[in-house]
Amino acid sequence: MALIRKKKSKETPPVSTASLPDIVFMLLFFFMVTTTMREVTLLVRLKKPKATEMQKLDRKDLTTYIYMGSPKNPETYGSEPRIQLDDQLGSIGDIQSFVILKREEINEAERPKFTVSIKADIDVKMGLISDLKQELRKAQALKISYSTNPAASPEELYKTY
Amino acid sequence: MGRKKRSTPEINAGSMADIAFLLLIFFLVTTTMDVDKGLMVKLAPWTDEPPPEDNKIKEKNIFVVLVNSNDQLLVEDDYLSIDQLRGSAKDFINNNGDGTCAECNGLRSPVSSDNPQKAIISLQNDRGTSYQMFVKVRNEILGAYSELRNELSERKYGRSFPTLNEEDRSVIVGIYPQFISEAEPVSVGE
Repeated sequence: MALIRKKKSKETPPVSTASLPDIVFMLLFFFMVTTTMREVTLLVRLKKPKATEMQKLDRKDLTTYIYMGSPKNPETYGSEPRIQLDDQLGSIGDIQSFVILKREEINEAERPKFTVSIKADIDVKMGLISDLKQELRKAQALKISYSTNPAASPEELYKTY
Repeated sequence: MGRKKRSTPEINAGSMADIAFLLLIFFLVTTTMDVDKGLMVKLAPWTDEPPPEDNKIKEKNIFVVLVNSNDQLLVEDDYLSIDQLRGSAKDFINNNGDGTCAECNGLRSPVSSDNPQKAIISLQNDRGTSYQMFVKVRNEILGAYSELRNELSERKYGRSFPTLNEEDRSVIVGIYPQFISEAEPVSVGE
C-alpha cells in the first residue's frame, strides 16, 4: 500500500526571489526621483520655529537660502549667532552682493518670483534678523519667507518652553 | 548530424538585486524629502528718506502689537498672552465700524477699525525679541486673517477657503485684504 503512493518531497519549495530586483528597482526609482542632494553643509546650529500658517515654497530654483544661528564650532567662530551664506559664514555687509548675485543666476522673466528663505534658529534675536531685512530691502529682494516647521495645532505654540 | 542542444548559458541575475540595493541605499541616505515651508512676507521697498508722518490713517484703524525684549506682548495698550492675540486681532479686523463691509459680522465698535480695507496691523518688536516669539506673533496674525477668510467662505460658498476656485478666492481676499506692517525695531533699555 505504501509502495503505491508517490514519494512526496517534504522540503518546502524555495521562495522565488526573481521579482526581488523589480521591487528594489521600483524603490530605487522612487528615491531617485524624490532625492535632492544637500547643497550646503550647515555651519550653524539650526532649530526652526514652528508655525501653522505657512505656505509651500515650490520653486527651489527661484529660492535662495540664508541660514542664521550660533556656529557649530564656537572655538573658531565664537558663540554669537552668525549668518551663513552658501558654504561660509558671512556678515551683514555681504548680504546685498550675495542676493544680487543669486538673482542674476535666474532668467529675467522669472526674477520677480525670486524669494529669499530665511532659515533662522529659534534663539536668534530679532536685531540680527531686522538688519538682514534692511539689507534685503536695499537689495530689492522683497519676497521673503520665514522658514518654519509645521506645528500640530495652534495650541502647541502657546506653550512656553 | 549529431544534434546537440547548444543552449546559451543563462546570465545569472542573482546579483542584480545587490546592485539595485546598493544604489537604493545610496539614494536613501542622500535624500531629503523636506519641502521648504514658511511664512511668506512681502517687504516694503527701501527708501532713504524717513517715511512721511502720515496723519491720514486714523489711530483706531491701526492695531498695534508690541513685543518687548522679554517676549511679552502689548496689544493696543493691553497686556495679552499669545493665545489671546488671534481672537483680539480677528475682532479688530472684523469690527466694521462704518458699516461699509456688508459681509462682516463684527461688533461695530466705534473705537475699533472702520472696515477690513482700512484695518492695518502694525507689528513692532525690540531688537532683543527672540525669533521664536516673533514667528509666533506673526503666525497668530496670519492665522486671524485665514480664520476670517475661512469663516466668510463657509458662510458664502459653504466650502473652506483653500478649496475655492481662483475667482471666489479673490472675492474673499478683496473683502479681507492683508495689511500687516513690520516696523523697524526699537532698542529700549539702553
